[in-house]
Amino acid sequence: MDIFTQQLVNGLVLGSIYALVALGYTMVYGILELINFAHGEVTMIGAMVALTVIGILVGVAPDLPGILVVLGGILVAIPACMLLAFGIEKIAYRPLRKAPRLAPLITAIGVSIILQNLAMLIWGRQYVSFPEILPTTRYEFLGAHVSLLQISIVVLAFTIMAGLWLLVERTRLGRAMRATAQSKEVAELMGVNVDRVISATFIIGAAIAAIAGVMVSAYYGLAHYYMGFMLGLKAFSAAVLGGIGNIAGAMLGGLLLGVIEALGAGYIGDITGGFLGSHYQDVFAFFVLIGVLVFRPSGLLGERVANRA
Amino acid sequence: MKSSMILVPALVLALAVSVGGCGKKETAGGDVIKIGSVAPLTGPQTHIGKDNENGARLAVDEINAKGLELGGRKVKLELLGEDDQAEPKTATIVAQKLVDAGVVAVIGHLNSGTTIPASKIYHDAGIPQISPSATAVAYTAQGYKTAYRVMANDAQQGKALGQFAVSKLAAKKIAIIDDRTAYGQGLADEFEKAARAAGGEIVAREFTNDRATDFSAILTSIKGKAPDLIFFGGMDPQGGPMAKQMKSLGLTARLLGGDGLQNVNFVKLAGSDAEGVVASSPGLPIDSMPGGPEFRKKFEAKYGVIQVYAPYAYDAVYALVDAMKRAGSAEPAKVLAELPKTDLQGVSGPVKFDDKGDTTGGAVTLYEVKGGAWQVLETVN
Repeated sequence: MDIFTQQLVNGLVLGSIYALVALGYTMVYGILELINFAHGEVTMIGAMVALTVIGILVGVAPDLPGILVVLGGILVAIPACMLLAFGIEKIAYRPLRKAPRLAPLITAIGVSIILQNLAMLIWGRQYVSFPEILPTTRYEFLGAHVSLLQISIVVLAFTIMAGLWLLVERTRLGRAMRATAQSKEVAELMGVNVDRVISATFIIGAAIAAIAGVMVSAYYGLAHYYMGFMLGLKAFSAAVLGGIGNIAGAMLGGLLLGVIEALGAGYIGDITGGFLGSHYQDVFAFFVLIGVLVFRPSGLLGERVANRA
Repeated sequence: MKSSMILVPALVLALAVSVGGCGKKETAGGDVIKIGSVAPLTGPQTHIGKDNENGARLAVDEINAKGLELGGRKVKLELLGEDDQAEPKTATIVAQKLVDAGVVAVIGHLNSGTTIPASKIYHDAGIPQISPSATAVAYTAQGYKTAYRVMANDAQQGKALGQFAVSKLAAKKIAIIDDRTAYGQGLADEFEKAARAAGGEIVAREFTNDRATDFSAILTSIKGKAPDLIFFGGMDPQGGPMAKQMKSLGLTARLLGGDGLQNVNFVKLAGSDAEGVVASSPGLPIDSMPGGPEFRKKFEAKYGVIQVYAPYAYDAVYALVDAMKRAGSAEPAKVLAELPKTDLQGVSGPVKFDDKGDTTGGAVTLYEVKGGAWQVLETVN
């Protein structure tokens, strides 16, 4: 039982991070029907920028509490990623908004490769380690070990998701986003500045990605120029699992994918008597994805089209 | 118009020179004997690569200074250093280049990934190759009678680790994780065999990959089986976070690894959770080698600090020249006939080859992280 609880905790933490990154994919898809493949790299840049700032802060003020140092890193990473996403949209996607849908998809992949290589040039090929400045307090909970960092990640992730939900459902910007998602032309006729709404969507997604990037590097203790690729792929799958274009779907999909992965990797070896081992961890998650898509092609919550933003 | 008129004779001249160059081939066993040395001399492994070349060069210079006679004729050794950039592709290109230049033997390459593809070219050309530092089992398992190495391979390392885990670390229940690469899987398999033979019980065998960062699921599953030791066959980018996640899951088992973990980067990534981790590395720590301190003095006077494998490159040259002396010739075929009989006291230890070309005296040293740095535990043979 305690092992099952522990796997649920593992999955929940992983899933919260997937969900945050998945939000960025799903928001952009909801409005532009574009899969922004560079989003995983934006997350990576967020982690790298934050780590650089944290490194400087630790060097300059070694007595500063760890929480404040990490907060400083996040506060620099967020605007950096916002600026980056604004630039990406303006340069790589906006000129192609009227082009066939395949064209912006290709530029998205191009941007992703450029960002990866830029990060490699700036931060090198080596893994960058996250300094040990956060408290490592651990609690026992139903037989499972839960660290303060894990609790913070889950709480912060849920707060952000709730905030985004409020933003989309309750504010003028949110209403404009929903209107743009339904029809760009009609929204424009109603006086919505579509360009600004699209920019805002990218910027909000990037800010969330920056926080997710810092979470990942703090949780695993490292960052690498290649880390955005697999994270982006998993988060994209999570968005598809939940129903791409649907914000609640991205959250549900992310959490589900995390839990499925943890339980799958933890139990597949024992259930199949060692025939399938834990190296099928990734396969298992994607297998579930295929299964869901076969029976519900629009994803778990995909039919509630009116809700997409 | 004018420029092309100059260009044509220039081209003809260049062609004539290059043809002439080809014709003037050094014959093996002549007055100058060419030996190749290959290691990465550019890229991230530059410092280790240059170290290998310097080790070989030190031996060549010493032998030349003493004077070498083969079959009654005075000869001089010449070392041709080449750069394979640690790239398998480049490795085969420079291997062919050395063969074409008429080398009688090659000391190299540094990495297993470059040594293995290059070994086919040396085998086809019939010239002996002695690698100072390639450890993958596959290198000498190809059946090439030209392939030798002076360092313990991954099988020997896995065996030493397995025995050490059970007898010295008193591990009874052991869990094994590997990263499914040729290196990680190979090492883990050898470890498992040796640990079982020594009486250890393998309670779990889990897998990951060489890009993963999340091991919480497999570690939790392992925790349910309550092992007292976890062996990881893989590299430091995975080992670092793994050590961290073990601690945060409340796992008290000790982490044990191979030379993929035994480096500074692992300690950086795992931070304070690296304490108590044990990992092995082939060979002896330099100051425990029989000729270590003396070698260090000679080497540092000429080239500066020893990085890692220089003593092995040095020994490889001496093993080669020793075989030449017995053959009374530098002809590759005759040297190859003598190499299996090598029995030499080298700087790194005794140099002897088994019938596959692996070293029989390969030592493996175990290290433990204490106070944020790797400390020598003991050396096993």
